[in-house]
Amino acid sequence: MPAADDAGRNPSRSALSVDTRPEVAPAVPPPPRRAGPGSRLLALARNSWRQLTSMRTALVLLFLLAVAAIPGSVLPQRNINADKVNQYFIDHPDLAPVLDRLRAFDVFASPWFSAIYLLLFTSLLGCIVPRLRDHVRALRRMPPDAPRRLDRLPQHAAAVEREGEPAAVADGLRAMLRRRGVWPGWRAVVRRHDDGTLTVSAEKGYLKETGNLLFHISLVAVLVGVAYGSWYGWHGNRLVVAGPDTAFCNTLQQYDDYGLGPRIDAGSLPGFCVELTDFRASYLDNGQAESYTAVASVSGPDVPDRTGVEFSVNDPLRLPGANVYLLGHGYAPILRYTDRFGQSQTAVVPFLASDAMLTSEGVAAFPDANVDPATGERDPLQQVAFEGLYLPTTPDDPSVGRSAFPAERNPGLLLWAYRGDLGMDAGIPDSVYRLNQSAIDAGRLKRVGDMKLLRVGESMTLDDGTKVEFLGTRPYAAVSIRHDPGERIVLGSVVLLLVGLMLSLTGKRRRIWFRVSPSTTPGSSMIEAGGLPRTDYPGFADEFRSIVRKE
Amino acid sequence: MAAVSDQLLVVAILSYLVAMVCHAAEYAFGMHGAVARAATRQAARARELVTAGGGPSVVETVPDAPSASDLPDAPEVPGGSDTPAAPVPDRARLAGRAAVVVTVIAALAHLGCLVARGIAADRVPWGNMYEFVLAVSFVGAAAWLVVLFRWPNLRHLGLFVALTEVVLLGIAGMVLATPVVPLEPALNSYWLAVHVTAAVFASGTFLVGFVAGAMYLIRSGYEQGKRRFPYSLGPRVPKSEALERLAFRLHAFAFPIWTFAVIAGAIWAEAAWGRYWGWDPKETWAFISWVVYAGYLHARATPSVRRSTATWIAMLGWATMLMNLFGVNLFMSGFHSYSGL
Repeated sequence: MPAADDAGRNPSRSALSVDTRPEVAPAVPPPPRRAGPGSRLLALARNSWRQLTSMRTALVLLFLLAVAAIPGSVLPQRNINADKVNQYFIDHPDLAPVLDRLRAFDVFASPWFSAIYLLLFTSLLGCIVPRLRDHVRALRRMPPDAPRRLDRLPQHAAAVEREGEPAAVADGLRAMLRRRGVWPGWRAVVRRHDDGTLTVSAEKGYLKETGNLLFHISLVAVLVGVAYGSWYGWHGNRLVVAGPDTAFCNTLQQYDDYGLGPRIDAGSLPGFCVELTDFRASYLDNGQAESYTAVASVSGPDVPDRTGVEFSVNDPLRLPGANVYLLGHGYAPILRYTDRFGQSQTAVVPFLASDAMLTSEGVAAFPDANVDPATGERDPLQQVAFEGLYLPTTPDDPSVGRSAFPAERNPGLLLWAYRGDLGMDAGIPDSVYRLNQSAIDAGRLKRVGDMKLLRVGESMTLDDGTKVEFLGTRPYAAVSIRHDPGERIVLGSVVLLLVGLMLSLTGKRRRIWFRVSPSTTPGSSMIEAGGLPRTDYPGFADEFRSIVRKE
Repeated sequence: MAAVSDQLLVVAILSYLVAMVCHAAEYAFGMHGAVARAATRQAARARELVTAGGGPSVVETVPDAPSASDLPDAPEVPGGSDTPAAPVPDRARLAGRAAVVVTVIAALAHLGCLVARGIAADRVPWGNMYEFVLAVSFVGAAAWLVVLFRWPNLRHLGLFVALTEVVLLGIAGMVLATPVVPLEPALNSYWLAVHVTAAVFASGTFLVGFVAGAMYLIRSGYEQGKRRFPYSLGPRVPKSEALERLAFRLHAFAFPIWTFAVIAGAIWAEAAWGRYWGWDPKETWAFISWVVYAGYLHARATPSVRRSTATWIAMLGWATMLMNLFGVNLFMSGFHSYSGL
């Protein structure tokens, strides 16, 4: 009751206070002299809590949150592009380690960023829980009785005489207010006083505070959804080359890279396999892509078997428990190498596109080439690899080394042969798209012959009589397989958040009181009215006048 | 159709320029403008000369009193209606009205430019940065006309709106212009219409909110006695309280739209990239803007925070919006790199 009474008696102040958060943390009275360390600690805790839940602190934390997000957009981030972070380390060898220690490459997972938003959300909870309690109380209670002096209120209408007994007039006013305006109308109550007067108290605009609380609670729910999703979500990325022999199944070993939430283990991923059966791309004449469509077959224990399912850039393949997103595409040349013992090996090697015309680079390595089939002995200096540049549309002058169009109008493969130790046995992880540079530098891996341009079906013979054939290409798709169980929570929360936001920004809390007293003329009543906008509401005067005119 | 669009852009720019000149003329010839002041000063001096022989001089007629300038269309002329400057405000008012008419013409040409572009490309005309800037500035112009329709005495702000439009369209036409091409696959989604339209509307409204807020700061600074350059414009803009309320209402209107734009973007990002939020630079800056504007709305609702402090937060919000539009598109690479530059 104190808040309502205060609002009634001190209109000028309460008309302004839109938000009921304490503006500044109120000082805690000094502890009594004989207070032990325990109560002093309690006072400190209480004071800190008040400080934290004050609006000032919330504003500062909001501002800090905005500032803290800036480095995340300026510096490369590991979770977005780890290669760029590595490049940054090479470009700024002195600065990068310092920044790294400050977690500047993982801003959004850093302790300081987490600290800011966790404090902010704590402050938020500390604010909305008492407000929720107050609001529920206000909703269950009738509007407070009229203040003694209605003429002190921002809106006031002097007493006028109306026909009818006071009780009937007051009931009529209450009914009028309840019917008035859009749902849910005014909450109104009639109070009978000992001196024979009646007061009608009415209030409207509870939805503003409801919306305000809904908005803030939804924010907490968003955070819960995000946390749930990151705990129980997982994702894996890989390239899938078209063809049944290059299908993949949903196990971590088959992903190029993956991320697993801390509360989920690898064994609980849904079991299914995906085969890319076709990939269609269409381009404009200037080479700009128009559309990509991947066609796949899906099978496995945990999803229904389907063939010929299509998915594209804005239209992922949605499976039970996982979604398959198409992120990129390219070509995988097929190379057949016949070694000096006449043994043939075929490799389908995805090449990475380096420009919009899909000029693609890659390496086909044959570490098991030139193994003597009779003895099974392997000469480590007889390993073979080919570095290639694939041009889907070879220009008139192939030495430019750039494709003229992204579709395969005139495919050509520029190949460089290498022989020696590929350096793959050392167990050091290395890019599969590049040759081991240290082996080349050390002279263990040597280039053989000159670069040659191969058309589909053509072959190149090396100086030792071995042969490599370019058999054609297969398309590949770069896909991301993801599952985020928090998505629905987040989506539902943001919808409520938006509803709450609009209610709280458009709503107007206001009160109106009528005092009905017996007139000197029998059978008539005197009606006086007063109005109090509880939020910033410039149109209240008009509304008040129109209500008072109606009564 | 693409050529029609380009020609209409030139028409729009030139019309905004004309509107700007008309507004400037209104300033110059208006009752508080330099011409009027010079005229009244002359009149005062003449009177001073007349009274030079007997008694104290009448210097206080020089019109520097801001009290009469609360409304730009205030009928009384400072310094008395007997000064020779009396007929000048009519000409000024004419210039002001002409400016509004030309602004309407400019906005129509602007709209035509967008529509023609959309027809030429056979899609919504905001698929790259050039088109986005055109669309945002159109929403700004339209929002300004709505504001002007409801509060006609804010007409003086038109100079700044027209200036902003000329600058934005000039940048779009000279730096960002790209030929009409269909969308790339990643953009080919109905979410483009939803997400970008919402972003355009929110940005355009924030733009007008920014202008109102900046005017409020100038005016309130002037009322506190500051007389340096931006504050010296103070007497020419409406009462600070009205400006502040306008700035707040525009921001309060734009904020839910901006929230919706971010949500729609997240839904689209889920379908296109597999995650609804990934701290891409554009997303990060959208988040920063959202947080700053949320801070503004909270500060505005807190009685102990001064209104001018709150408005400064809104100014900061617009700076982050500009950073997102220009800084992120031009200097940062990310998933949103469709600027066509």
